[in-house]
Amino acid sequence: MLYKIEVKDRPGIFDCIGEGTKRDILDLGIKSVEEVAFAQVYNIEGQLSGQEAKMICEELLIDKVVQGYSINEPPEQPNSGITVVEVAYNPGVMDPTEESVLKGMRDLGIRGKATVKTAKKFIIKGNLSKDELETVCDKLLYNKLIQHIVSPQLSALSFQQTGYKFKLITIDLLGASDKKLMQISKDGQLFLNLAEMRQIRDYFKKLKRNPTDCELETLAQTWSEHCGHKTFRGKIKYTEKISGKAKTKIINNLLKSTIVKVTKELNKPWCISVFHDNSGVIKFDDKYNVCFKVETHNHPSALEPFGGANTGIGGVIRDPLGTGLGARPFLNTDVFCFAPPEYPFSKLPKGALHPKRIMKGVVSGVRDYGNKMGIPTVNGAVLFHERFVGNPLVYCGTAGIMPKDKTFKKVNKGDLIVVVGGRTGRDGIHGATFSSGELTHESETISSGAVQIGNPIQEKKMVDTIIKARDLDLYSAITDCGAGGLSSAVGEMGAVFGARVDLEKVPLKYSGLSYYEIWISESQERMVLSAPPAKINDLIKVFSDENVEATVIGEFSGSGRLELFYKGAKVCDLDMEFLHEGLPQLEKKAEFVLAKHKEPKFKCPKGLSGYLLKLLSRYDICSKEWVIRQYDHEVQGGSVLKPLVGIVNDGPSDAAVVKPVLNSKKGVIISCGINFRYGFIDPYWMAASCIDEALRQVIAVGGSLKEVAILDNFCWGNPDKPDRLGGMVRAAIACYDIAKGFGVPFISGKDSLYNEYAVHGKSMAIPGTLLISAIAVTDDASKTVSMYAKEPGGLIYIVGETFDELGGSHYFDIMGSVGNNVPKVNAKKAKLIFDSLSKAASFGLVKAMHDCSEGGLAVAAAEMAFSGGLGMDLFLSEVKTKLKRNDYVLFSESNSRFIVEVAKKDQKAFEKQMRGVPLGLIGCVSGKKEFKVYGLDGKICINAKIDGLKEAWQSPLRW
Amino acid sequence: MQKSPKVLVLRTAGTNCDKETAFAFEAVGAECELVHINKLISGEKNLSAYHILAIPGGFSYGDDVAAGKILANELKCKLSDDLKNFIDAGKLIIGICNGFQILVKAGLLPGNQDLLQEASLIINDSAKFEDRWVYLRKSQDKCVWTKDLEEMIYLPVAHGEGKFITKDGAVLKRLKENGQIVFQYCNSRGDFTGYPDNPNGSIENIAGICDETGRVLGLMPHPERHVSGLQHPRWAGGKFDPEGDGKMIFRNGVEYIRKTF
Repeated sequence: MLYKIEVKDRPGIFDCIGEGTKRDILDLGIKSVEEVAFAQVYNIEGQLSGQEAKMICEELLIDKVVQGYSINEPPEQPNSGITVVEVAYNPGVMDPTEESVLKGMRDLGIRGKATVKTAKKFIIKGNLSKDELETVCDKLLYNKLIQHIVSPQLSALSFQQTGYKFKLITIDLLGASDKKLMQISKDGQLFLNLAEMRQIRDYFKKLKRNPTDCELETLAQTWSEHCGHKTFRGKIKYTEKISGKAKTKIINNLLKSTIVKVTKELNKPWCISVFHDNSGVIKFDDKYNVCFKVETHNHPSALEPFGGANTGIGGVIRDPLGTGLGARPFLNTDVFCFAPPEYPFSKLPKGALHPKRIMKGVVSGVRDYGNKMGIPTVNGAVLFHERFVGNPLVYCGTAGIMPKDKTFKKVNKGDLIVVVGGRTGRDGIHGATFSSGELTHESETISSGAVQIGNPIQEKKMVDTIIKARDLDLYSAITDCGAGGLSSAVGEMGAVFGARVDLEKVPLKYSGLSYYEIWISESQERMVLSAPPAKINDLIKVFSDENVEATVIGEFSGSGRLELFYKGAKVCDLDMEFLHEGLPQLEKKAEFVLAKHKEPKFKCPKGLSGYLLKLLSRYDICSKEWVIRQYDHEVQGGSVLKPLVGIVNDGPSDAAVVKPVLNSKKGVIISCGINFRYGFIDPYWMAASCIDEALRQVIAVGGSLKEVAILDNFCWGNPDKPDRLGGMVRAAIACYDIAKGFGVPFISGKDSLYNEYAVHGKSMAIPGTLLISAIAVTDDASKTVSMYAKEPGGLIYIVGETFDELGGSHYFDIMGSVGNNVPKVNAKKAKLIFDSLSKAASFGLVKAMHDCSEGGLAVAAAEMAFSGGLGMDLFLSEVKTKLKRNDYVLFSESNSRFIVEVAKKDQKAFEKQMRGVPLGLIGCVSGKKEFKVYGLDGKICINAKIDGLKEAWQSPLRW
Repeated sequence: MQKSPKVLVLRTAGTNCDKETAFAFEAVGAECELVHINKLISGEKNLSAYHILAIPGGFSYGDDVAAGKILANELKCKLSDDLKNFIDAGKLIIGICNGFQILVKAGLLPGNQDLLQEASLIINDSAKFEDRWVYLRKSQDKCVWTKDLEEMIYLPVAHGEGKFITKDGAVLKRLKENGQIVFQYCNSRGDFTGYPDNPNGSIENIAGICDETGRVLGLMPHPERHVSGLQHPRWAGGKFDPEGDGKMIFRNGVEYIRKTF
């Protein structure tokens, strides 16, 4: 029997989903909408009596206080002025609610077999034209990659699943010409180049047989850019042209000669495990280590923002979990780059979603997964530029903590291969069209692979049980099933001993998957363990006790081969050595030409208050409270410095401080540096500035350089184009120079290349963007400093020197220029500043401190003032600078600078501590709520009320 | 009572404030055990062996259908007798955030013989999840959990479905007359103002209620996130109180058991 149940708020109850949808429709410029009502739909099919269906409604599905329900009501008659849109998930897209409803039904004592499908129903009142309705559906109500509009005529559902009949498929490589090889690569979406295809052909020639589809897929996955980082590890011929002079050099392995080299040379004893596990590990204290990883999920987020960001955060959480023997995640970070939210619809490239929709979806995706996992999202940044219109950037990071003796893993010969967590479906299989479990007669076929929706509760259960099993010592190695699925996880873990897997043992979401689909599926929320046979029963019990599936699918055999079977038939037999070492080295060309921009020519405007207001309202600079508040940034109870601070808790914190162990004094500081604008001039100084910014923020909250590690995330365009790759190489070289100068090691990193999209047939790259994330361990979290002005009479200093460095600044951008004088970094001088300031803070001499970054000294000081609810009187003549213009002094974005508040009584001690460091006592905090700046000539150049400044800063993203 | 009071912190799929809730109870001298609901249902663990039941925050079963609904249903169907006996034995229950939602949806709060749901916590008026600190006014002295608490305390909320609402005016009247309204959202001066001081649009600014015995407490704000002054949003760069406002709530519960048992 089929029951269609609709749950609606009772009249008089505020329908906030309906209201929100109405607002969004009005936002699209469709004014004819009068009202929107929302109903949640549950389609339940199974052996249920009408009485049981009624009980399910009343006891489980409705909130009796506010909601009512209907069962099998005939669809609304088409009526002028009322349109009903019902949105359901496509077959195969996971909807966790279905599982929960089935559980609730079992708890109610309902024994009959049943299936549940949910849908959302929007009842729209108003005379919308057909075109308008289509716009509402496309832009607001559904995403056809994962959802469809249910036609009201269709009332019968069928959930039949298709079967799978085994047939071994081989691919004719042996007889293939070069042209044919490339055709095979292209048709199979293998993304392998000719040299790689030839290498594979030659390997199978020796074996005198053709590869199976499964073997070819395994090689393509292992050798992919995503898993193998061919560009960073390959050979690059790099040419640099600076003011007419060209230099060329060969770089054998960019990663090893820049990022990894710093860490090797610095050789810090507290760097425990770097660059070879799923995240970088540093020492926390004598009992624990902490680890940190940042990933990107750009392309999925462009197509389906909620699901893309959702599975992005879900994926990076599994990195610490898959590090060593498993770390417990204790904080998340997120950094986004979007096109501006008011981007005109008419200019959108074909197929691109509107940036505002992307941003809302991405934020919701992170909120949903992070909050439900109970991991606080504590740090991040949001930046905007038109060139992110087709390709937003979504960086997600997770830090974890683990006992010292659980930091390393080792697969033993004879260990069993155990897959735990979620079941395997067709998710993430490239190019596969989806047809099983057909829900409607919708004809649209999709590539379901690109987008998925995560199931955070599945992952939460998995984390809880894995940590339990870890502490009981029940397994010897673990890794996550991320990109490349089992192929990547088992392939990696079995690299030494070899592995054999019986693919039919892998638990499936639904029948119909072929052996190779099972092998390369990227279904979320799965991990692979290596467990000694003697402990397998105990291991499985830990999981089953909390309703998590754990299944033995094979063993690490000792053959040195990757052998896969499906119901006894061999479907893959590859030499592990060829799989991991057989990739032919690539040579790519890179070229960097230093661009010359026009220097702006304008006089210093008379009054600068208006420019300060403009800067505070820039999307990059303005308050991100709308985003931050939606994240639980305090769960787990370790929050010491929150992302929002100030007298009314709404100012911009420089970094987060978190205590991962509640009864320890120690804390972890997390910060990030990112500014793609400097890269328009020179990616070298962009990278340098990002490192300086991330470290500066660590110092600003009272940390030190003593135990700081950094992570790199390069997001760039197509590396096969020399001009794209050139900038990236130059940025990587800076990473070496500057990190080495600061004495700060890299511990992990990730690159995301091919960030390009087509506009009018022309491929456009995103601005090359480097994110530097920092993690620092602080001995005493109670020494933390926050950024807001504390008390009237407090002295305000600027620490660091201000140069003519407005190239790439927000001030120049307002003036319509880029300029050439990009902010530089002198690591030696900067280190002295950082170390002195860090000491001063540890002695308690600093009341408040804020990092000077976008918008310069003026923006930093104004933020301190209005966040503290206090005014400031500042005098530019006291700033350490050779600049002669008020606007340049105020808005230059020179690195390594801080604004510091010091209590009057501590003036001497502070100045003594800072001896040898460029320092200017530029004014003081005032009890009046006015922000006043006196220029180099002593005349007032900014005079603004702090409430007005705050409003300018808060209003742009107050959604 | 000589020994430490025993606290059962209930866990299930999606529970996520269990460890810090246990930490808060342990800090005031309780002995805590994190117990998965499967163990209570299978009989491997028995509720009667504990003095305090804490249902912590999180997203039990993903808050699918509605916040706390699936676990509330499970408690009602599988453990209602154990829960009634637990309350009748004079023991204590606290539900924080998701725990409050569960107690209300299971009919344990405001509480009646048949465990009928008489109130609810629904989607915030702002229609989104929000994490922010709120001032709370203690509304009465009936509840054992708030005995020696200051008149006004400061705690964070972090929820998307926290708007308290009763089935009808009669239920609200009963809550008032019985002194079951425990906490109300207010501003820093103790006045009842609107959003964001009342972060979700709760009627009568209600942030927490107890049952008629005063021994079962549910509240949306998180006392376990303010047991140390270091967790306060405005301590950094200044002095901090070693004890946060929330700690007294846990101490009250533990002291009550010590005195009573």
